[in-house]
This record gives sequence, C-alpha cells and structure tokens, in this order.
Amino acid sequence: MSIGKSVKRVDGYEKVTGRARYTDDFFEGKFLIAKVLHSTVANGWVKSIDTSVAEKLPGVVKIATCMDVPDIEFPTAGHPWSTDPNHQDVADRKMLNRRVRLYGDDIAAVIAEDEVIAKRALALIKVEYEEYKPFVTVEEAMSDDATQLHEAFPKNILKHTAYELGNFEEACKEEGLKFFEGKYETQTVQHCHIENPISYAYMEKGRIVVVSSTQIPHICRRVIGQALGLPWGKIRVIKPYIGGGFGNKQEVLYEPLNAYLTTLVGGRCVKLELSREETFVSTRVRHAMTFYLKTAVRADGRLVARKIEGYSNQGGYASHGHALIANSTNGFRHLYQEEKALKSDVYTVFTNISSGGAMRAYGIPQMIFACESHMEDIANGLKIDPIELRKKNMMKLGYIDPLSGIECHSNGLAECIEKGKVAFAWDEKRAAFVNQTGPIRKGIGMAIFSYKTGVYPVSLETAACRIVLNQDGSVQLQLGATEIGQGADTVFTQMAAEIIGLQVEDVHIISTQDTDITPFDTGAYASRQSYVSGMALRKTAEEFKGKILAYAHEMYKHPIYMMDIVAGNIVKKETGKIIATVGNVAEEAFYSLTHSVHITAEATNQCKSNAFSFGACFAEVEVDIPVGKVKVLRIMNIHDSGIILNPQLAEAQVHGGMSMALGFGLSEQLLFDSKTGKPLNDNFLDYKIPTMLDTPELEAGFVETFEVTGPFGNKSLGEPPTIPAAPALRNAIFNATGIAINKSPIMPEQLVSKFKENGLI
Amino acid sequence: MYDIKEIYEAMSVAQAVELLSAHPEAKIIAGGSDVLIKIREGKMAGCELVSIFGINELKGIKIEADGTIVIGPVTSFSSITKDSIIQKFIPVLGAAVDQVGGPQIRNIGTIGGNISNGVTSADSASTLFALNAKLEITGPSGTRKLPIQDYYQGPGKVDLKTGELLTAIRIEQSNYEGFGGHYIKYAMRNAMDIATLACVATVKLNASKNAIEEMHLALGVAGPIPMRCPITEEAVKGKKIDAALFDLVGKTVLTEVNPRTSWRASKEFRLQLVEELSKRALKQAIIFAGGALHD
Repeated sequence: MSIGKSVKRVDGYEKVTGRARYTDDFFEGKFLIAKVLHSTVANGWVKSIDTSVAEKLPGVVKIATCMDVPDIEFPTAGHPWSTDPNHQDVADRKMLNRRVRLYGDDIAAVIAEDEVIAKRALALIKVEYEEYKPFVTVEEAMSDDATQLHEAFPKNILKHTAYELGNFEEACKEEGLKFFEGKYETQTVQHCHIENPISYAYMEKGRIVVVSSTQIPHICRRVIGQALGLPWGKIRVIKPYIGGGFGNKQEVLYEPLNAYLTTLVGGRCVKLELSREETFVSTRVRHAMTFYLKTAVRADGRLVARKIEGYSNQGGYASHGHALIANSTNGFRHLYQEEKALKSDVYTVFTNISSGGAMRAYGIPQMIFACESHMEDIANGLKIDPIELRKKNMMKLGYIDPLSGIECHSNGLAECIEKGKVAFAWDEKRAAFVNQTGPIRKGIGMAIFSYKTGVYPVSLETAACRIVLNQDGSVQLQLGATEIGQGADTVFTQMAAEIIGLQVEDVHIISTQDTDITPFDTGAYASRQSYVSGMALRKTAEEFKGKILAYAHEMYKHPIYMMDIVAGNIVKKETGKIIATVGNVAEEAFYSLTHSVHITAEATNQCKSNAFSFGACFAEVEVDIPVGKVKVLRIMNIHDSGIILNPQLAEAQVHGGMSMALGFGLSEQLLFDSKTGKPLNDNFLDYKIPTMLDTPELEAGFVETFEVTGPFGNKSLGEPPTIPAAPALRNAIFNATGIAINKSPIMPEQLVSKFKENGLI
Repeated sequence: MYDIKEIYEAMSVAQAVELLSAHPEAKIIAGGSDVLIKIREGKMAGCELVSIFGINELKGIKIEADGTIVIGPVTSFSSITKDSIIQKFIPVLGAAVDQVGGPQIRNIGTIGGNISNGVTSADSASTLFALNAKLEITGPSGTRKLPIQDYYQGPGKVDLKTGELLTAIRIEQSNYEGFGGHYIKYAMRNAMDIATLACVATVKLNASKNAIEEMHLALGVAGPIPMRCPITEEAVKGKKIDAALFDLVGKTVLTEVNPRTSWRASKEFRLQLVEELSKRALKQAIIFAGGALHD
C-alpha cells in the first residue's frame, strides 16, 4: 500500500544532483539562437520595419518580421480544443504582429549564430510606428476615446456575462435588512517560475520537432499546427522536466514562432529562450480585477441577497480570456449560499498591458480577496465573530450548484476552520487585541475558500494512460499528464503500485512527454491531474492487473478471482500465500514457446464529475504603524483536499502556494506607466517576491475527507494553497489597526497613507 | 553571454592607471555586481573593461599610527563585516554593508564599487558620509584626497578623471572614537533589496551620557545623492536625551530634505520615513554610545 505514504519523490535524486534534464539540457550539438524584437510603444501600428543593416551583421542568419509571417490568427490558451466553434478560444494574434497592443508585443525575430550577435542585430532593426494613446486601466479602455484594439470587440470588451438566481431587487425589499457595499481591487502579478519559457525547434523527415518547457505538450502540438497552418501530425512536441509553470506554461507562447523559425533556416535547430524581463512582460500575468460587492444581510448574519460586479483587465490579447472572471463569479456563488438571490455581472476588457492568462487558482485568489474582505467588513459591521458569520453561510455537504450541477460530496470546511481556530487561540487573541494603542499593534485574521477539481463540465476532461510490462515483472508507466514540479510523477507511481499491487520501486514512470509516443492528456492545470488523470491511471492499472492475473491463471490454474497481487507477488486472496512473483509470470509471458504475449494496457478515461475542495488560512501580524510595515508572526493553511496521497509532497505544495500568496497579499505587483504603458519593474529587484527573510514558518494542516468521485478519495490541492492568505492577512491588519484595506498588495506606502488619513499617524 | 568588447586585467595600481589611460573609454570593474548587470541590460553592452579585482594592494583593512582606518576599495562587503578592526571601532559600517543584497552579492561586491557607482541608495555610502570618510584617488599625475561628499557629483556620477581610480577609503579617529552608530535600511524586503530610504546616525554623548555632544546624521534616497543633515546636527548639540530631542530631530530633518516622487515611493511617504527613521536611528545610536532612553 503506497497511497497516503510520504513516498520519496521519484525525480528527487535526479533533481538535487543536477542530473535531471530540463529543456536547456536537452539538446546537444550545434544550434542557432533566436531573439524576439519587442515593440517600444504600447498601442500602435508598425508602419515600416527595416532589417537591412541588421541582416548585414556577420553571424545573422535570418530575420523574420511581422510583415512576412503567415497570415494566420490563432488561439494561444491551453484549453482543450472544442469542436464547437462557439466554445473555441479567441484567435486574435499572429506569430508576429503589425498591430501593436502592448509595450513588448512581438514584431520581429532574429536568428543568429550566438546570443550576442542576435542582441546586436535587434538593436540594428529600425521600426517606424503609428502611435495611439495607450490605456492601462479598464475604465480608460471602456471610455469613448480609447482606440479599439481588436476588430471583433467593440469598446474593447472581450466578453460580458451575467446571471441572476432569484430576484435581487425583490430580495432586498425584506424589512430589517442591513446592506454592505464595497469596492475591492487586486493587482497584476506574474508567475515568476524560475525557468523562463524556452524551446528548441528543428526539422526531421519533413516534420517539425519542438522541445519545450510546457505544461501541456499535446495542446502545444495542436496550437503549433494551427498557427503554422500545418496538419497537427506534422508537429512533434517533447516536454522534459520543467522549472515551474504555475499556469504561464498552460499557454502556447513562443513555440509556434520557434517552429516557424526553424522552417526558415532549413530545419536547423533554433533555440528561443526568453529573458526574465521578457517573461514578465510578453508572456502572461494574473489578471488585475476590480469587484463591486453588495450584500443584504439579516442582523443575525444570514446572507439574504448578494450582488457581484466585476471587471478583469485582460491586457492586449485574449489568451484564456473571460474564463478567468467567469470562474471568479462561479467561485463566489459556490463558497456561500445566500437565502434568496444572487446577481452577477462580469466583464473582461482589453487594455495595453501584459496579457492576463492562467495563473494558479484561475481567478479565485482575486475573488476571494474581495469576498473574504467583504465578509470581514460585514462581520465587523454586525458585531458578529467573523468565523460565526462564515459558518452560518458557507457551503454545506450535499450542495448542488444550480448552474453547473456540481455536487458537494465531501466537506471538511468546518473542521478546517476549527483546526485553525484552536491552533491560533482565536477567541483569546481576538479579545486580547481589542483597543490597542501605540506604534506597534498585533492582529489576527482568517479567510476561507472553496475550489473545484478540473474543468468539468465547462470543458472536456479526458486522460489516457499506458502501462507496459517488463520481463522482470516491473512496469513502465506513461501518461500525457505532466510533472511540473508538483510531484505528479511520484503520486502516479504510487497509484500504479497501489492498484496493480507492485512495489513503488518496480514502477518506472516515464517523465518526458513526447506527443509521438505518449498517450493523450490535456496536461497540468486546474489541479486536475491526480483526479482526472488518476482516474485514467486507475482504469488502466485495473485492466493491466486483470491481464497479469489471467496469465497467472494459465500458469497456475487457480481461478482469477482466487488470486491477488500484493507487493509484487501473486498470492492466494484468502490466505495471502505466495504462488509466484509477477516476475515469474512476466518471464513466462514473454518467452513461452506456446503462448507468448507482451502484456500492456492502455485506456482513455473521460471524466464527467467534479469535486469541491476547501480550506482556511489563519494569520497573525504585527503592524509597525509609523513606517507601515507588516510582520507576519504566524500563518497557517488548513486544507480539505480529500484523501492526501503523499503527506510530505502535499505539505510542500501548501508551502509553495502560501509563499506565492504572501507576495500577492503584501508585496508583488507588476506596474505599468500610465502614460506610455511601459512596464516599470520587470525584474526581480523591483518586483518584490518575498525572500526567506520575509517569510515566517509556513504551517500546513489537513482535514482528510473521502471524496467519492475521486479515484483515491482525493480532490484538488495543486492550486488551492495560494488562495486564502491575502485576505487573511488583510483581515489581520484590520484587526490590528481598525483600518480596512481593499486594495492588494497591502504595501507600506498604502498603509502609511491610510494611517495618516485615519489619524493613526 | 555578456557583450564585452575587451577586458584588461590590472595586477597593480600602477598598471591600472596605465590601462585606464591607454583605454579612456574603458569602465572599471571590480566585483562586477553592478557592471555586469548594466552590460546585460544593454546599457554598457559592447564596452571595454579594466578589471581591478586582482589588485591585492587594494584589498583589506588596516589602522594607521594616528588611528586612521584605511579600507581598500576592493574589499568585499562580507570581508568588511567580518573584519576585527571594523568590528572593534566602526561596527555601524560592518552592519550597514551586511545589508547589501544577499550573501553572494556581499561576497563579490566591493565597497569601492558601491560608492563609485554614485547612487544614492548604496548601503555603505550614507554611513561613510556620517563617518566623514576621505577618499584617496590615484591617477597619472599622482594621488589626491577628497571628502566623500565631493566625490559624488550627481546621480551616477563621481569625481574620477581619465586614468584615475579610487585607491583608499580613510576614516579618521576623531570621527569614530567615542561614537555609537546605527544604520537603518528601509526597503520593501528584508533581503535582496535596495533602500527606499536609508538613515544612519552616529552620536557622541557627554561624560554623564545624558546629552548629545556631537551627532552625524546621513540619509540615502532622501535626495539624488547621499546627504548629511547639518542643520539637525547643529540643532541637537548639547541637547538632553529626552522626548523633546527626538521631536526636534524629526521636525528639523524634514527641513533639510527634498525627496522626489517616483513609482517606487511618493515624496510624502519618504518624508514620513525620514522623520521616523531619523528618530529611530538616533535612539539606537544613543544606546550604542552608552546612553539610555527614558520614554
């Protein structure tokens, strides 16, 4: 039995010894270097582009520009393809673009013998622009004097969706209701995976091979095919180990361009690696969102009616588009159930900043910052304990979402809250922190969330797995699902060992995905793989086990139902008595002179369920009022992600998510000049990711429930850890100082200004 | 890959002067923690470099017969922090340079590079201002000395003529003996950051340790280059250590600074920090000087 055990990472030794091969280590031999020329205006049009001087530079092999790329607009989002044209992603860009929609748009690419030559050539390209006034906010983009960025989208609105459950206006007429309203804003942040986007592209037998740091190799193949106008089978994508993605690599960013570049140089290998600055600006970011919330509540804290109006800053290109804020408003509906009515109105709007895409927890951290700040304001206004207010209204077991049909089959939220409450001595501290004076004050706060697992029923959920027997009874395990640092390879290994009945060390997972060889899967996103791909794995492993036992029956005559496989042995089910090893069966199956068979199993599983996971964050802070500094004294996340497959990996996953959330809550923001749209802090000095010295001990707790729809009782854990900390910190600061900050990140300057405004300084 | 046209390595000061004179366009590189970043950003791409990193006579710290402490400009930050002379006589400088970047940067970055970069946020600069450091510059026509204030000519600009390099940082005994000092780096992070505001106070108390005899107050990022606060320093002379003293410091220092608004921080925010940090730095400096606070 290996599920639920802290099995060591199967890629651990390779990674810590530096032997694991990432994209940059993958290609050996001679290759060319490509560098992209980015626009230096945020809104405009490339009138002319002169590459004649650059082309003459010795070592420059080829220059491609926005004037001569194939005239094909393609979608970049890493969503499963939809055969329904109405549900397909927006195709709004070419590989290089004349119409410039952000400062840093891709307008040309140089292929050169080395990096220095490529960079020098970029500096020699002369570009003439027709410039328009850039707009960086949603308000500006929707105003009458903003230029339209995309022909198909008037007023720069990519999409607007609305729904109403019950009748909000009617519900608000109830007597005695109290009303709360607030505006909550979140900022643009970036994933900041350590490995920048990188790919190698070359041609082989008339096909294009792309080795890339991607979360989604099979989707990547499809998009490259679409962008180049080539049959998808002409493309082969290989994904080695990757140094983090967090959703930014759930997008097909520069692989199509690189695939195109290799065709310009006769199929010679071309490496295209982005710098950190390019990654900040020209890949994807987390959408900045603004929410206007209005809630009608009874004096006892029961929510009666709620309204959410939201605006998502999309940046220049549609990318994952409206799916993000649509997910926000769905999440808003799921976490709390008001008694009578819920009204939602959300917009996604193009602007001239970096394009928003998928990022860990997909629109939920923004919404939870708004929602959980708002709940705190309501609790404060009603003089109700914030925990009691939440418990009264939050999702209960058996809830069925009226719009998606997703049902809550397991719910440990109340237990998560209780665990945090006890660990933090909530009641005692809330009492102790009342009426503080002086420059240094302490506070305690919390926030909760719910999250889905995978994308059903919004999108396709499909996965496949292959298991191949070796002559010694060990197996190869192959999935299209990808290891992106989260430990997928390890839990898949555990799952296969568990179902087949093998030792973990006899399961050899093939980490690299190669679209020519690897079974199909849409990849790592939506915290889906241990759930959706886990289902495919379970199905395949059961079939595989059946084949082993069937062959054992041929050899040992016992009925199949009398036998089982335990720890690599064929045993009698009743007594556990060992009949033979799986190795004995394998050897016979391969080399039998009468019945030789190569035992393999391969299965596709289409998942048609979803599961709610839950959690809470508790935080204690100390605020140095005169200088606006927040010190996080203690912070803890408690999760209900169903059965925990590997406790040590799960804890590490929570730590990583909390670290990201600390930055989102307190220090990270990607800034753009409001007049020019130029990015201001596209580097690790000026963009403030918390360092170890800014990070308290990150505490992780779990409440294990059994999720009946999960292949092993499990549900999502990949993204959820990054959701609740920002509002928990905001609420702790509120508790310490009495000042409610409704705009993240909560940095010293904002605090000092608010403290002055309210007479604390 | 860095875009460097040529690099010349000097092994002595004389050779450095020679190379810098022969290649007037060349930039000086020591630890490289600033220069390489500028090359990578493209600002200095294709440049010529003269490396002084191998000049051993520019490394290390010594104390002269008259008590003057001499710091070689190619001494790394971590060497300064660990140096016994610094720890004994000017711990405030060791503490200040221990706040530069992270451990790797402190092992490679040098104090001479830090001040010769000419930026207002340099962690060593404000403390060297407070210590009235004198700089020794060597060039084709010999050696000259100047106060650190005169070295800074503007943001990113220091008084180095063709063929010249910084060869010593000198701190006289009268500027450290009997002083307690404290440096506060205020940044958005507790490591790997540059100062939003830097503040250092060094203070000498009277014999009964209850009044200020002399205070040096220096600020970084409160103006285009590091600066001293002479009006405040004059105002506190002879003042008793009490609440009124710190109010006086906070209010007076505001009359001496003129920080600017940028996307990094507004003027209002920086002024708040100037007022508050000046008080805090002085309080700690008084404690280090053997005094006590009664508030």
